[in-house]
Amino acid sequence: MPLGFKPPPRRAPRGLKSDADLRALQRLMLHALVQPLTAADGLQPRWRDGRPMAEVAAEFIKPNGRLTPFERLQIYARCYWFRIIDCAYDDCPGLRAVLGEKKFSALVRAYLTKYPSRSFTLRNLCSRLPRFIREEPRWTAPRTALAHAVARFEWAQTVAFDGEARPVLTADDLADIPPAKLRLALQPYVSLLRLDWPVDDYVLAVKRRNALRGEASHAVDHGPRAASRKRVPRPRRGRVFIVVHRYNERLYYKRVDAAAFKILEKLAAGGTLAQAAGVAGRGVTPEQVHAWFETWMELGWFCRS
Amino acid sequence: MPANRFNAFTDYGIGIGLRVPHYAHILERKPVVDWFEIISENFMVDGGRPLQVLDRILEQYRVVQHGVSMYFGSADRPDRTHLKKLKALVRRTKTPWLSDHLCWGSVDGTYTHDLLPMPYTFSAARRTAEKIRHVRDTLEVPICVENVSSYAEFHVSAMTEWEFLREVVERADCGILLDVNNIYVSAQNHGFDPYAYLEGVPHDRVGQIHVAGHTKFEKYVLDTHDHPVLDPVWKLYAHATRLCGVTATLLEWDDRIPSFDEVHDEALKASAFIGGAREADVPPDKKASAPPVR
Repeated sequence: MPLGFKPPPRRAPRGLKSDADLRALQRLMLHALVQPLTAADGLQPRWRDGRPMAEVAAEFIKPNGRLTPFERLQIYARCYWFRIIDCAYDDCPGLRAVLGEKKFSALVRAYLTKYPSRSFTLRNLCSRLPRFIREEPRWTAPRTALAHAVARFEWAQTVAFDGEARPVLTADDLADIPPAKLRLALQPYVSLLRLDWPVDDYVLAVKRRNALRGEASHAVDHGPRAASRKRVPRPRRGRVFIVVHRYNERLYYKRVDAAAFKILEKLAAGGTLAQAAGVAGRGVTPEQVHAWFETWMELGWFCRS
Repeated sequence: MPANRFNAFTDYGIGIGLRVPHYAHILERKPVVDWFEIISENFMVDGGRPLQVLDRILEQYRVVQHGVSMYFGSADRPDRTHLKKLKALVRRTKTPWLSDHLCWGSVDGTYTHDLLPMPYTFSAARRTAEKIRHVRDTLEVPICVENVSSYAEFHVSAMTEWEFLREVVERADCGILLDVNNIYVSAQNHGFDPYAYLEGVPHDRVGQIHVAGHTKFEKYVLDTHDHPVLDPVWKLYAHATRLCGVTATLLEWDDRIPSFDEVHDEALKASAFIGGAREADVPPDKKASAPPVR
């Protein structure tokens, strides 16, 4: 059973006299809809208890002259799955490119079967995808590590796009606080990613290719699935430190040095400015650290902790 | 004069949905549009570009909020985070009314992101009306509930869809967003007369009308919002305006979205029908007896 689900009633309510009856009917239908579709994108032929799904559907849905209860329920099941799969397609172009369409589709269906949406907004649909990739590597093998890196990167983009921004700290705010006491929090929309592949370049290349495909369509928002099949080569392994953020309401990925990344990590973990500066390592000069901070302040990354 | 007490915005005219592919056109060219309908959930975010764009739109245009996930008919209570974010957005947009659907779509905190049909029973109507009242009182803004397209009916239903709609809105004392395309789609799928539906709704509660395109399949009709409005829907719309009076109207076009001008031109076709209703200048309660044009 998907996480967060309560079991459906054994039988459909015969009447609807109370709120509990309404909840029972809605639970029953929800359980039918969120079962993964068959290979032919149909409703599963069997219910959880082994009964034919047609029998279960007929318990609560009326037939009409053209469609059986099973077929009517199937319309909703397809709408449900196609909508959320489409959403994941749009949110994860990089992961799609890493895995290929078939494997990505299988991954998304498995993910949404285990983790159906728990939010009123589809914006959060893929928030648990990196976790799922770790929990069930069979869907992404043999590229689980790369898939996980790309999924983290793509979720960080969603966060950077419309995540909360707190009032930005200015130099004046910090003037009278000694470094040993000063704690700087990172804006909630900023994500720090230590990754073993340069997925920023890769995802940008994939998006560029998809944009070229989109231009081939007459519809303004036509999806990128119809045109060229040419693949962007998968990235070669190489450690990168990326900050996913926004500036002037536009999304950016900024590569930083390993030392700079350590400082940001320390601050994000609640360390003081003095503690953060201390993790930079011997090869880093105070002037370098100063220059980094100037840039970060200018980008508005810091807020009060 | 408002056409009815739930329609204090008779002169709102014809709006279109604010959609991402049109942002650049709207912000750069500032076309003349009576109003934009936004999908509330797209702007119930904590920051970033969506709110920046919205603020720029609000500087130039009137905006009305339309929600897709309040699920008035769900057995769940309204989600508090959802309501809090929605209220913040209502304050930002100063929407004159807020609409969402007469449907359910979540149970026990799991969301389908679909507009699922209601069982048409008195018990469900009572529960739904309570929830509408709760949302209205929390948000402090008039509510219009929209009839949805449906593809299935429940054995437990004890009344027609339009009887259920009437039962809910009268118990909740709220308005109706009458989607004539949804009436047409459901009529095709369930075999009822769409004009009987139109005659059966309380016309004095219709505060807004939706028109949209749909897609016909071999055995059913699907509400796809990816086509121009088809003739039978325009005819229903003409009849609705005769029954309800001049009403704020919006064209929905959500998939395979063409250029801004194409969408706007399609929406403006409604003005011919609105003009007819305006010229007729018949009080809404008299219009109910006007014969349908089929």
